[in-house]
Amino acid sequence: MNPELKTNLKAIWGRAYVRIFGANREPSWVISETILPVLSVAAYVYVYRALNPDPLYTSLVILGGAMSAYWMNILWSMAMQFYWEKEMGNLDLYMIAPISRMSILLGMASGGFFFATLRAVAIFVLGIVLFQAEFVISNVWQLFLLFFLSMFALYGMGMLFSSVFMLFGRGAWQFSTIFQEPIYLLGGFYYPVKTLGAAVAAIGSLLPITLGLDGMRQLTLKSGKTLGFLSVQTEILLLVVLSIAFLLAAYYSLIFMEKLAKKEGRLSLRWQ
Amino acid sequence: MNYAIETKDLTRTFKAKKAKKESPSVITALDLVNITVQSGELFGLLGPNGAGKTTLIKILSTLLSPTSGTALVDGLDVSHQAHEVRKRINMVSGGEHSGYGILNVQENLWMFSQFYGVDNDLAFKRIDEMLEVLGLAEFRKTRIGKLSTGMRQKMNLIRGFVTDPKILFLDEPTLGLDVQISRDVRKYVKNWVKSNSEKTLLLTTHYMAEADELCDRVAIIDQGKVVACDTPANLKRLLKQEAVFHIDVNLTTEKLDRFSGIGGVKNFAFEHKPHVGKTELKFILESDSVISQVTDALETDGTKIISLSKTEPSLEDVFVALVGKGLENES
Repeated sequence: MNPELKTNLKAIWGRAYVRIFGANREPSWVISETILPVLSVAAYVYVYRALNPDPLYTSLVILGGAMSAYWMNILWSMAMQFYWEKEMGNLDLYMIAPISRMSILLGMASGGFFFATLRAVAIFVLGIVLFQAEFVISNVWQLFLLFFLSMFALYGMGMLFSSVFMLFGRGAWQFSTIFQEPIYLLGGFYYPVKTLGAAVAAIGSLLPITLGLDGMRQLTLKSGKTLGFLSVQTEILLLVVLSIAFLLAAYYSLIFMEKLAKKEGRLSLRWQ
Repeated sequence: MNYAIETKDLTRTFKAKKAKKESPSVITALDLVNITVQSGELFGLLGPNGAGKTTLIKILSTLLSPTSGTALVDGLDVSHQAHEVRKRINMVSGGEHSGYGILNVQENLWMFSQFYGVDNDLAFKRIDEMLEVLGLAEFRKTRIGKLSTGMRQKMNLIRGFVTDPKILFLDEPTLGLDVQISRDVRKYVKNWVKSNSEKTLLLTTHYMAEADELCDRVAIIDQGKVVACDTPANLKRLLKQEAVFHIDVNLTTEKLDRFSGIGGVKNFAFEHKPHVGKTELKFILESDSVISQVTDALETDGTKIISLSKTEPSLEDVFVALVGKGLENES
């Protein structure tokens, strides 16, 4: 194997290891990552049940709650990661290593994806058990494609954020705080995004999770087609475009930000 | 000739933030720095806080771009061949808190080794060996969040060595460590360079004795400029001070002029201290071997020698002479 490729693959695995094996060592994760998220999902389930007894909406909320695990992972972990690494003193060490910075981000993304999946699966399974949510998969392959394309695009966006936050230090924290709630609104986590109207839903669709979730609902809920904003095929196509765009943007942004940070001396400056 | 490290008129400036509407002032962290470090050399950078030592290390380790001038590491330009430079280097800073508290010592070290493509078996072998040498073997499976400062710094040091770099940068590696751990670290560093003739180590330190003990050559840096660069011995010679032998004897009142006549004694002085029952003799000799003639003369007289010591000018004396202040009295 090409030595450069081998080193970068090792780097991806090395960085992912922290999340995959390390993050589950604190027993408290069972509560914070499984039980607590189910509580917030439960609140929406009871709201729908009080207003509309159609079980479709219970399933809709469960799916949205499960997918929100990935968004939270992007916003608070993936995007912020280089900022945290800078504070911890790890960023210097990543930057002097003979690897592509994308490998570090891919390692973070794959570790983060693994950890978020635990949370998503927990919400999904507990939702089915506690609220008898029903899912009927109409096309497994499209569902599989839609989910993974959503993840590629979403983690590509996280990598782009990460490269930007590398430079902006504590501003990154404010950014994540400001964007958390509006994106909950635009993402349609707990209602069909088409409810927002075509124009706002189109803006929301710049977020890969919005398109992914909309398509997944169409493919897994009994009368899901009636909830869809765009056709599943269109959403798959748009997610391909977003995946490529975000990954390329992350790559070039990382190069640009690193050069700028080295020029301005902000690569290893903590507490800015 | 290819040096392990070479800088040519290396300059780095920073813009200092000021209040709004004021134009930022420019701080010169490095000012036309020219140094060369030979392969296999343990080279020290000595200077007060803000002298530019860490800035220099950051440029050499590709973390910071020079404002002007060039910096070459193993003959490669740090600005334009950064990726190739990175394959050859590693860096450890004093007081760094790298790694993840959730992972244990062995896992953290393995993780960092992966960024350099070190094979697993080799990485674990090196980690085990170095943990043993630095007395951390029993903490192999301890989470790093539970390590003391000294243990953590030893682990950081292993992180730097485990990738077997051709050139290693150590930035204040013994900062804040207790005497015993500092000694262990210095011993390890010294042995590494001695047993690997192709390896080069650039060390920054506040501690004069550390630089004196470890370094083949030392550059004294102040306000971004290299004010002197030579072996510790040659730097001390700059002061034109000679070694002084101090001998405490049990004489209390006698006249001691006879010692001036011993061949090889360049200068002699004494001070009686009857309240403590001794006399202090001070000799400046043409060579160290003359001291045996002095002690013979004292024994012939039946004089009892209480203590004998030699004082040489220290690197600190050189530093004070060149920089105009000591490291301890920085403002």
